[in-house]
Amino acid sequence: MGKTLAEKVWDEHVVRSAEGEPDLLFIDLHLIHEVTSPQAFDGLRLAGRQVRRPDLTLATEDHNVPTLDWDKPIADPVSKTQVDTLRRNAAEFGVRLHPLGDVEQGIVHVVGPQLGLTQPGMTIVCGDSHTSTHGAFGAIAFGIGTSEVEHVLATQTLMQAKPKTMAVTVNGSLPEGVTAKDLVLTLIAHTGTGGGQGYIVEYRGPAIEELSMEGRMTVCNMSIEWGAKAGMIAPDQTTFDYIEGKPEAPTGADWDAALEHWRSLRTDDDAEFDKEIVLDASEMTPFVTWGTNPGQGVPLGASVPSPDDFDEPNDKVATEKALEYMGLEAGTPMRDIKVDTVFVGSCTNGRIEDLRLAAEILQGHTVADGTRLLVVPGSVRVRLQAQEEGLDRVFLDAGAEWRGAGCSMCLGMNPDQLAPQERSASTSNRNFEGRQGKGGRTHLVSVPVAAATAIRGTLSSPADLTPIG
Amino acid sequence: MEPFTTHTGVGVPLRRSNVDTDQIIPAVYLKRVTRTGFEDGLFAAWRGDESFVLNQPEYAAGTVLVAGPDFGTGSSREHAVWALQNYGFKAVISARFADIFRGNSGKSGLLAAQVDEKVVQRLWDHLEQHPGATVTVDLESRTVRAGEGPEAIEDSFDIDDYTRWRLLEGLDDIGITLGHDADIAAYEATRPSWKPATQHA
Ligand code: SF4
Repeated sequence: MGKTLAEKVWDEHVVRSAEGEPDLLFIDLHLIHEVTSPQAFDGLRLAGRQVRRPDLTLATEDHNVPTLDWDKPIADPVSKTQVDTLRRNAAEFGVRLHPLGDVEQGIVHVVGPQLGLTQPGMTIVCGDSHTSTHGAFGAIAFGIGTSEVEHVLATQTLMQAKPKTMAVTVNGSLPEGVTAKDLVLTLIAHTGTGGGQGYIVEYRGPAIEELSMEGRMTVCNMSIEWGAKAGMIAPDQTTFDYIEGKPEAPTGADWDAALEHWRSLRTDDDAEFDKEIVLDASEMTPFVTWGTNPGQGVPLGASVPSPDDFDEPNDKVATEKALEYMGLEAGTPMRDIKVDTVFVGSCTNGRIEDLRLAAEILQGHTVADGTRLLVVPGSVRVRLQAQEEGLDRVFLDAGAEWRGAGCSMCLGMNPDQLAPQERSASTSNRNFEGRQGKGGRTHLVSVPVAAATAIRGTLSSPADLTPIG
Repeated sequence: MEPFTTHTGVGVPLRRSNVDTDQIIPAVYLKRVTRTGFEDGLFAAWRGDESFVLNQPEYAAGTVLVAGPDFGTGSSREHAVWALQNYGFKAVISARFADIFRGNSGKSGLLAAQVDEKVVQRLWDHLEQHPGATVTVDLESRTVRAGEGPEAIEDSFDIDDYTRWRLLEGLDDIGITLGHDADIAAYEATRPSWKPATQHA
């Protein structure tokens, strides 16, 4: 029997396997940030250990760095301590760090791919659940806890039980104006937030193949939101074209050797998955969440559901609670929901393609009165690229705030937060209670919906906009 | 990690059940960036109360905690184990532990000894009648001992073989993996040259 993509990559990284024990996996790339690494480094220090492979380790500052005044000392003491600690640890243990102010600084999951460090067939880990993003390149990539961070630092390996594999096949083509974000939100509403538990998921099918690398990253990014261990997509010409020429991409004979190997990284025709899901992209529409987990979503054209729409008692209660927290009435058309803040950014939708799309829609429009629009590039490179293309002018002319790079309002660890009961339309990945600020109410949306919502002040898609001139 | 064979130290009777990790160390104490120094947050809410057991001088130097059933439930924070260790505890005795707490303890070298509920009762009575009395936890023979003469307490405790072996050898996960260093080195030697690196020689 053949092997799935996930099995191929897994098997290539087994350092040691023994009956009844988890596999010992070699880790090709370990990404680090300021929040989940301090105790791991301290653990090394207490035990007198070293970082085994600094050359396979990369650190950035992203989770709680400010997106304004980034050239001044960080005002929040806890954030400052974490950032300072990362800098000290990186220096002491010889780890490459891109600190605030550096041209390569940014969200760890944006920086890896843009440096060309994320490549097909790798194992990539980080103390962050959205590490699944890197699976878009055909890598096995997943988030780990702080003791595992320490384990990888010391040994460059992890003990892991082999997960099951699942295929999500998406047939057809996404209609005009419907994005990878809508696709994955639709999928999560379909499976529920626990549907992927215990699986490495491979996204495949024509609709997936048609996605850009940015779109694929958006899909893989949100794998964790339906419980999957990791999400991956087989590498193809789109992948190779994206990597070629990136700073850390192989060159010359190395490129040829790499390419030859990468082309073998696809699921064999006779391989079997433990589970399969099939979806049709051609029926998908802009999709938005109404509740407090990413599975609580509906098409933009639908209305807020009622607890009575659900059969399961648990779902009824969850719906009731979510509606109360979100301050929503069942039956309200989603398009009537007024939004205070629109956030374009995060490792889900903070790449250059996302900003181009937002600018294209905002061009010539202005942000609605009473609504603020925050545009936060995923990395300094993305910010510079956007400025080179004049996107910043479009944002500023529309009345948006054009910020520095980082996680920002995705999780509100820095000053970019929602006030209690403030409502946002956000291109990020989590709408949990309080995620974007205590009491804040989050609707997860795609980039086009975010941009159109900023212009109209209510949840909208570009189709709702009055043509200019 | 230090090997753990046997330990004798002042026993602390904590007459409470369902001690969750928020009570062991409240979330506000988690902002630290080290693995040490969490002792000030240990049982923070209770230590404000003068009559709390650790506030009594006889027990202040305790190293063996004797607690009610379902110790360590709630959030999976490893800080709960660190806080106990930072304070000086080497072992916790209880009739039942939450799984994650037990797992985290084994990884960090804190002995979680599961005994019969009656043994906990007898230890509590003994430690309260003789404040500052010691308790011995012998991992080799899997026994707890306290007191002398006719009142002496001696009973066995449960711990799984794998955790016991790790504690006796003083092996943490990293130590065990480093035991396979030759396998790791052999794997590294076969990695293709085109794999990316963050630093170049
Ligand atoms: S952008 Fe959000 S989801 Fe992504 S790494 Fe930062 S905090 Fe996590």
